[in-house]
Amino acid sequence: MSAFLHTSLDVVEEKISAVGKSLGDQRELYLGLLYPTEDYKVYGYVTNSKVKFVIVVDSSNTSLRDNEIRSMFRKLHNSFTDVMCNPFHNPGDPIQSKAFDGIVSGMMVQTG
Amino acid sequence: WKALRRPLSTVKQVYSFKEKHHGDLQGAGDQSLFTSLYTSLAQQLPREPMEWRRTYGRAPKMIHLEANFVQFKEELLPKEGNKALLTFPFLHIYWTDCCDTEVYKSLVKEDMLRWQNSLRAHGSADWVIIVVETNDNKKKNKTNILPRSSIVDKIRSDFCNKQNDRCVVLSDPLKDSSRSQESWNSLLLKLRTLLLMSFTKNLGRFEDDMRTLREKRTQPGWSFCEYFMVQEELAFVFEMLQQFEDALVQYDELDALFTQYVLNFGAGGNFGWSGLLLRRPIDMEKRDGIQRGEASLLDLRSYLFSRQCTLLIFLQRPWEVTQRALELLHNCVQELRLLEVSVLEGALDCWVFLSCLEVLHRIEGCCDQAQLAANCSHTVGLWAYATDKLKSLGELCGLVSEKEPTSEDLNRTVDLLAGLGDERPETVNSLQSPYKKLKEALSSVEAFERHYLELSHAAMEMYRAIGRLRSARLVGKSLAEFYMRKADPERAETFLQEALKSYVSEGWSLPVTHTRKQIAACQKLLGRTEDYLQTSALLAGDVNLTTEERKHFCQEILTFAGKSGDQSQKVTLSMGVFTQLTRLQFRPATASVHSGAVLQVELTLRCLMPVSVHIQQLAASIHFDLERGGTNGRSKGTQRQTNPGTVEFHQSNSSAGPPSSSAAGPPLELDEIQDRSPSDNSLNSTGVVCKNTHLVMRRHDSHSPPDTPNCVSPPAVAMKEGAQMLKVQDVTLEPGNNSIIFTAPSGQPGTYTLRQLYATVGQVQFVLPHIYPSVQYEVYSQEPQLTVEPLSEPLLAGLPQMVKFTLLTGHYTVKKGDALQLSNTDTMPILPSSSCTARISNPAAELVGESVLSIQSSEKVTSISLPPTPPYHTLEFHLEVLCLIPSGDERPANERLTNGEVRHRPRSYSHPDTPMTAIDQRMSIDCPWSIYSTLLALTFYIPFKTKHSLLSAGNRKYIQVCVQNVSDVNFTLAEVKLTEKQHATLELQSLNTKTQQLLCSKHSVFCLWEVRWKDDLPSCLQCVFSADFSPLNQDISAFKPFHYQFQFERVTTLYSVRADILPPAGEQHCRSGLLCGLEVCITRLTEPAEGELAEDSKTDTDGLKTTKLMYEVADSSSNWAVCGKSSGMVSMPMAASATHKVQIEVMPLFAGHLPFPKIKVLKYLPHTAAVAIQPDPDSCVENDSLSLLDKALDDQGDTASIRSRGSVHSVGSGDQQQKGVAMPRLEPFSPGQVFNHSYTQQVLVLPATDDHIMEVNAT
Repeated sequence: MSAFLHTSLDVVEEKISAVGKSLGDQRELYLGLLYPTEDYKVYGYVTNSKVKFVIVVDSSNTSLRDNEIRSMFRKLHNSFTDVMCNPFHNPGDPIQSKAFDGIVSGMMVQTG
Repeated sequence: WKALRRPLSTVKQVYSFKEKHHGDLQGAGDQSLFTSLYTSLAQQLPREPMEWRRTYGRAPKMIHLEANFVQFKEELLPKEGNKALLTFPFLHIYWTDCCDTEVYKSLVKEDMLRWQNSLRAHGSADWVIIVVETNDNKKKNKTNILPRSSIVDKIRSDFCNKQNDRCVVLSDPLKDSSRSQESWNSLLLKLRTLLLMSFTKNLGRFEDDMRTLREKRTQPGWSFCEYFMVQEELAFVFEMLQQFEDALVQYDELDALFTQYVLNFGAGGNFGWSGLLLRRPIDMEKRDGIQRGEASLLDLRSYLFSRQCTLLIFLQRPWEVTQRALELLHNCVQELRLLEVSVLEGALDCWVFLSCLEVLHRIEGCCDQAQLAANCSHTVGLWAYATDKLKSLGELCGLVSEKEPTSEDLNRTVDLLAGLGDERPETVNSLQSPYKKLKEALSSVEAFERHYLELSHAAMEMYRAIGRLRSARLVGKSLAEFYMRKADPERAETFLQEALKSYVSEGWSLPVTHTRKQIAACQKLLGRTEDYLQTSALLAGDVNLTTEERKHFCQEILTFAGKSGDQSQKVTLSMGVFTQLTRLQFRPATASVHSGAVLQVELTLRCLMPVSVHIQQLAASIHFDLERGGTNGRSKGTQRQTNPGTVEFHQSNSSAGPPSSSAAGPPLELDEIQDRSPSDNSLNSTGVVCKNTHLVMRRHDSHSPPDTPNCVSPPAVAMKEGAQMLKVQDVTLEPGNNSIIFTAPSGQPGTYTLRQLYATVGQVQFVLPHIYPSVQYEVYSQEPQLTVEPLSEPLLAGLPQMVKFTLLTGHYTVKKGDALQLSNTDTMPILPSSSCTARISNPAAELVGESVLSIQSSEKVTSISLPPTPPYHTLEFHLEVLCLIPSGDERPANERLTNGEVRHRPRSYSHPDTPMTAIDQRMSIDCPWSIYSTLLALTFYIPFKTKHSLLSAGNRKYIQVCVQNVSDVNFTLAEVKLTEKQHATLELQSLNTKTQQLLCSKHSVFCLWEVRWKDDLPSCLQCVFSADFSPLNQDISAFKPFHYQFQFERVTTLYSVRADILPPAGEQHCRSGLLCGLEVCITRLTEPAEGELAEDSKTDTDGLKTTKLMYEVADSSSNWAVCGKSSGMVSMPMAASATHKVQIEVMPLFAGHLPFPKIKVLKYLPHTAAVAIQPDPDSCVENDSLSLLDKALDDQGDTASIRSRGSVHSVGSGDQQQKGVAMPRLEPFSPGQVFNHSYTQQVLVLPATDDHIMEVNAT
């Protein structure tokens, strides 16, 4: 599972470098489906500061379309930004935020 | 449902159409007519493109129409509800070359009617009638020739109701004339237009029908397969028109609909797993199955994909095929799982494997090698997928093991291969087909290995080539698993290490744990004990594992440690994975002790093991540095403050946890900067700067994990044996934090640095190679030190004062009998005290003991016996001393101290900080630890300043002493006394009334005595003022004496001066502005004394001794104007009661009670040598000037010049006369020698009588 996650970074990097060349700063943060496998679909998202988010969805879950994934990422990004804005948070430390946890587990429940 | 879209393109169009031609009734020429025209018609029709305007707002396209001509048969006309588009007749053409009206009327018209009727019956409105004219025909029927227009007109009027374009004339088609060419062209254009019209209309209708059908899909009885055939018809049409894009869209729509259909209704059935077949454009076999509604899900998917694949390759988009293939395969697997279709285990894997290879084969078939290499990223997914599937097939069939597959495995293999069916005819003859590959791979262990390795390496190579290193490593890891199953750990390890390295460097903890577990197994198999134990230690402390697993790995270490082996079997492991040093604490916290003192070091170790571990020995090696600058440095005061006593260690998580911040680089050190405008200090800009960019921005490559088998830094093996160590034996470390206390060696003075930490568990030794940040403690040695300081500032002289003795023992142990020997001095006696206690405190300034000091004073030495005191303790006691106030100018006695030193007389001096006079008092102390005396100085301050003065009243004399308190203390002054030392007869009568007197700080006390004498008043008085003083409110016993010596000379009153102011004659009182007489009367009071005679007098001509006095009337306050001489010389006989009177004219300037003008009397001392020549200075001056005048008159006539020259001359002569002789001097009398009666006398002055001016003084 985390092996997929790890290998999906390959594709993330590939996409970032490809996008970086073509569009400059006007870039779409959402990278789309990175890495389809038999059991999972791996979606990627990269913030402007190159923070990478990856969502892994069970392949059998067909209710999640691109748009839903996109909005999930956006929500995740917002929440992450909030965490980073916390003056007591040390960048690089593991995130320990109830609000962030809440958002993430909320998304998990929602997607079932 | 989305509208169909397609891009504009002008492609040559293939088209089939059905046409009807009509033969001429007059002969067989009708058939031959069309046949003769057919070739050129079929050739020329597609030559010109037509713009195809399309419904639903789709973009128009240029297409070339091609036609297929078929002879008209009524049964070929499409029935109602026909779905076949491919065979649809779009345009019906009636050919005729009839030019005879009669023939037309009798035969042709009828035939045309029939034709029209049958068309109408089938609802077809797309027809055209072509009339072919030839000159031959005309010529042949010259007799009954009709204008040709008439036939055409007739046809038009008969059939083409309002549609004249439905009848076209073609003239001389077989002739090569411009006319016939023109006619041809217009015919072709007409045909194309009509054909396209019909085509558009019919296609539109077909699409509408199709949509209607699709909308019915929720109704019962609707068959997907039926619908599939309908839409595929459309796709075929597009394909034939070479509109592959449009064709693909049809299939995509079908695909999507099918997915929906599958999800909503489910479709299944039995199926084989022979894989995709992409070698034919249309797999009619499967299509038939679909048509019959018998296709399985995989069949349908396969067929759909094969069609899409064909079209995509037509469109030259092979890479989309690979991408879609991967999606399809994943999707199918998911769908089958979703539909819970029961499949033979491994069947799906076979299908996927075969399909992957088939797709790859298809792609390879249409691309060259360079293209393939450049587009690895598109194919590598399929390679990897195929590899995966082959591996799981191998595992299923028992091919991934050391042994041969079991019979059960073989059965499974046979079943799987049976499901494949026979090889397709397309590939039967090719040497390499997916089918053959699979069969071969499953045939034996060796073959499987060969195929699997081939695929794996291909996939890895490709991943590497496109820079997807992580993916490559994942494949490698999978390969490693394979090798492990094949019991080939050596090969597996390489792959695992590579994967581990990348996981560790990127901080992926779960993959790290997983890979490490595999490595552990690998290393165990390889028998690499040390590496294995190190990995085990890592895993035992890995929180990602279950407790059971961690315990297992921990036990592995302990088991090895418990083995009794020889020393060479000892294994050294890195400590970081076993236990982490989190904190180190010194006690005392200064981490600095004197030699021999107890210093404890408390280590906090966080044990990462899941169980408690017994450690035989825990030791820290120490590096010792001799203290620089020798051992005698008094380092106590200059201790390093950098050592806070507690050192926290931050863990750089060597075993990959989540990426810790330390791994992510040092924390940013940020500073705010503000840029202010220089003129008004307003803020221009502000920002944040990073101070440690050089660290933060450092390349992170250098951070990559160490290149060791465990990605853990290897412990430094070099242990300094024999060096000093902190040691603890037999400790049990519990999981979590443990506190271990060491006692640090502190024998030699110097700096001790903790270097390494070792924990020994049986055969295993855990080593922390560097303790960082470095930890040091210091051991120092100190010389004993004695200081004496005032208990309270300032020390006052004359009073008993407490001084504090502080003895820092340092390395010296004060033994019983040790004593301090103080040399006594007269000026500062030590006051014996019965209860003098010494306090002993330890280095931490805690009181450890108190004892009474015994102080013994002999004549020269005061000996203080010290109580026994351990080294590095502080001994403190107070002693009372008294510094005597020096009473005046005593002659220093040339004494020597007991130790032979010259006694230092305390010298008083004024101190800049205080008005008090300071005295430095030296002390010399002999200490037991040194052969040298310790010299110390104390500064005392004299609290008083004393002044004396002599007062006279006529002959009577008074002595006044003023004592000023310059200290901050209030004193009581008592027993004020004044004594004269030399003259016993002299009586000093005190005029002081109080016996005790308060002398406040910064105040003065005045004391007065009258001097009485019997015979003669001695001219010199030597007095001693003495008083007792004590600080205010203290006991009488506290009074201390204070002495002050002083001396008066020439005390006796010699002259009295009386003055009287006489009003002008006839006046009662003086008036301002009127001259009055001032009568000064100087009277000699005493007989001349011995000294006076010798000194001041000279013998007058009459033999009487006289002395010269000079008087002077001076009015400083401008009350009086002195008229005439204000001063004069008086010669006084040296006898008592000799009187001299002087009259002086003075004038009062103001009215009122005016004080008398001041009269000064001075001694006039003429020089003895000059006395004979010039007895009177006044006359001398007069004489001199007279003589000058005489001389001048003799020489010259000019008075002025003569005067000046004469004066020069005169001076010169005077000089000559008085060379070497001092001028006469005036000398004041000592105070008390002249008594002035008029000193404070006043006289009444009345204002002037005729006062025009009124003086008003307002002050």
